[in-house]
Amino acid sequence: MSLIVNIVLLVFLLVMALAVLKTRHLFAMAMLFGLYSLLVAGLFVVLDAPDVAFTEAAVGTGISTVLMLVTLASIRDGHEATTQGKSRTAPLIICVVMGGLLIYGTHDIAELGDAQSPPNREVAARYIEKGQEETGVPNLVTAVLASYRGFDTLGEVTVVLTAGIGVLLLLGNRKKIHVKSKGGQHG
Amino acid sequence: MGNDLVLRVVTKWLSPIIVLFALYVQFHGDYSPGGGFQAGVIFSSAILLYALTYGLDAALKVIPESALKICASFGVLLYAGVGVVSMLKGGNFLNYSVLLSDPVAGQHIGIIIIELGVGITVASVMILLFFTFARRVAPE
Repeated sequence: MSLIVNIVLLVFLLVMALAVLKTRHLFAMAMLFGLYSLLVAGLFVVLDAPDVAFTEAAVGTGISTVLMLVTLASIRDGHEATTQGKSRTAPLIICVVMGGLLIYGTHDIAELGDAQSPPNREVAARYIEKGQEETGVPNLVTAVLASYRGFDTLGEVTVVLTAGIGVLLLLGNRKKIHVKSKGGQHG
Repeated sequence: MGNDLVLRVVTKWLSPIIVLFALYVQFHGDYSPGGGFQAGVIFSSAILLYALTYGLDAALKVIPESALKICASFGVLLYAGVGVVSMLKGGNFLNYSVLLSDPVAGQHIGIIIIELGVGITVASVMILLFFTFARRVAPE
């Protein structure tokens, strides 16, 4: 059953990716990216990872789509993407090589659900056996993220804060952004 | 940022439900899928919806930007603060077991507090990002 769902989702994912490539309208592109994220979230649910699906649906489909739309609104009259007769072979080669490398890399990943793979034998087994006993938290994902790997999560939160500060520094002050006019006047 | 009546009414009914759901995801994260990050993003999506329908100024009245900046830092401070408290209590950094006399209860309270810190920071930063981007949109 999950195989059929997987195939349907992956086919739609492919259709969505091709549609993003084909469309010239940036508004449609932003919405298609949102749908793409929604399909990925569906895939995560099939993989029994509701926590990740949650994040993907909220961030990928919600926030980032809205941010892209706001960006589009702020660059008025720029809703069409034009390509001016540039060579497309170099990007194609880069994409094919990169994709090939990624596919080659997947061979080193342990088989999905393989009980004998090192990550499943060592840490995961301990988390599952002792996790609830040690933390008293039934949701193991929360236990691992917040307690066993609390330091990692602290780093992640700091990254989020740093990203916010970066955006504020770049875009927060409106006066500094405007390009100097040709007359040489400041501001 | 239009004047559509349907959008306005739906937003008014929907945003409190989204906030409620965010709080559920936040504080029920130890039992069901979810946690601080997801809750923060869901909470911010409620404010985003409100801002998209009623305009940036109305949303800024709900949550002023200065408060968001303080909250964003406060979340990280809360998280790291739990680590420091656990150090003061004689454990390792972020070892929640020493927070209370019962190690399991200590773990539980530690996880709840740091998830709250994550949620506050993520929600504030997401809303701040949106406000900063939206302010770049020239008025019609």
